[in-house]
Amino acid sequence: MKQLSVEHLLGIKYLQENDLELIFETATHFKEVINRPIKKVPSLRDITIANLFFENSTRTKLSFELAEKRLSADVINFSAGQSSVKKGETLIDTVNNILSMKVDIVVMRHGNVGAGVFLSKHVDAKIVNAGDGTHEHPTQALLDSFSMREALNSNLKGKKIVIVGDILHSRVALSNIFALQMQGAKVKVCGPTTLIPRYITSLGVEVETNLKKALEWCDVANVFRVQHERMAIKYFPSTREYTQLFGINKEILDNIGKDIVIMHPGPINRGVELTSDVADSKQSIILNQVENGVAVRMAVLYLLAQQIKR
Amino acid sequence: MSRKTLLTSKEIDIILHRLACQLIENHNDFSNTVLIGLQPRGTYLAQRLKKILIEDYQIENLKLGLLDITFYRDDFRRKDEPLEATPTKNDFLIENKKVVIIDDVLYSGRSVRAALTALQAFGRPVNIELLVLIDRRFSRHLPIQPNYRGRQVDAINEEKVVVNWEETHSKDEIYLIPKQPKIDNQ
Repeated sequence: MKQLSVEHLLGIKYLQENDLELIFETATHFKEVINRPIKKVPSLRDITIANLFFENSTRTKLSFELAEKRLSADVINFSAGQSSVKKGETLIDTVNNILSMKVDIVVMRHGNVGAGVFLSKHVDAKIVNAGDGTHEHPTQALLDSFSMREALNSNLKGKKIVIVGDILHSRVALSNIFALQMQGAKVKVCGPTTLIPRYITSLGVEVETNLKKALEWCDVANVFRVQHERMAIKYFPSTREYTQLFGINKEILDNIGKDIVIMHPGPINRGVELTSDVADSKQSIILNQVENGVAVRMAVLYLLAQQIKR
Repeated sequence: MSRKTLLTSKEIDIILHRLACQLIENHNDFSNTVLIGLQPRGTYLAQRLKKILIEDYQIENLKLGLLDITFYRDDFRRKDEPLEATPTKNDFLIENKKVVIIDDVLYSGRSVRAALTALQAFGRPVNIELLVLIDRRFSRHLPIQPNYRGRQVDAINEEKVVVNWEETHSKDEIYLIPKQPKIDNQ
């Protein structure tokens, strides 16, 4: 199979294992492309892409925009802060107005769960979900898996991955769990019980509240930020206590008796979930994740654009 | 299915040696020349020529890159079947180098056109030449001609040239068949 089984990228749960393999294989080719002196290919020169960000984003937006430009697509950007959304315009009206400017692909981040799915049913364009509420962030999970495969130099079958941090508010966690399990990896989550969804074990994920045990078990630790901005109430007594129980520092890593891979989707709260010496260590592949993000997003956009017939 | 042999294994071997000698005539010790095999099928020819140049003609430090042109093709989104990319393995720049593009069959010339664009990403070469094993001379869509050719073939559009290499099909052979929707290696 050399085509995606889906028409939009709305979430990892809608994909099949073959789709992941195809995306990773294509991303490998694009990673080689973006390391050339001229990092651009003409494939999408007759495609227009709109980046609609109804929620703040820095790296995801930059990464998508760079991926689009490296594929030679025409790009328009939209941020909710400066738009007519504030004047009361509905999502469908906003997007249809943009589509009447002949847009082929919409990359959207939205605060509401399912916004991408909703849009895909009502507008005539390919939709790429760049994060919908606390639901999914598929391209981040794809680039995380791609980076893990690269760091471990193998596929993820039987590999042990622990996701540390705020699982409750994390769309990246859910997408990661779907993607990792699809590839045959074993997944544990680790964090304060208040930040772990109550029914997470129904996804086949184990919960570990002891950070050291979790790190001793895993091959890769994907560490997430505490999302204070999504917390209406307090979930743990203090940041200091969180750091003492769930912050990863050099001392813990030196005491687990093996080298594990450290990842973080960013932005890092240095000194909270990761100390600087860990974030900048050889075990950390955080900057590789950023580079791979462009290649993986190029692959997703290329494979979706391939389905748009002239 | 009627099948007309164009070149036998022995004839291919003679032609490869002749092409190698022609390359040496123009590029001497290859100190400023790089060979670029086009993925996927041009790579077998490129690797065979490299082996002959090194083993039979003692050329040293010969540089060979393998170039995938998928993302530069002009038929993206124009075919029912998706385009399949293959790896590019080119760990050097071509700035101020002489480049020889190598492919097995020159048909419409569109692959070579894509390769010329793709090569720009690796620098500005002194010049670019084209070497092909089979030149289907009446099938060109673009003004592209080879500098080195193994054999010129007058095939009609309804026919297909199949190139089999020992590495994949137990023996070297090139033959002509009526065009099918899908052939194993083409």
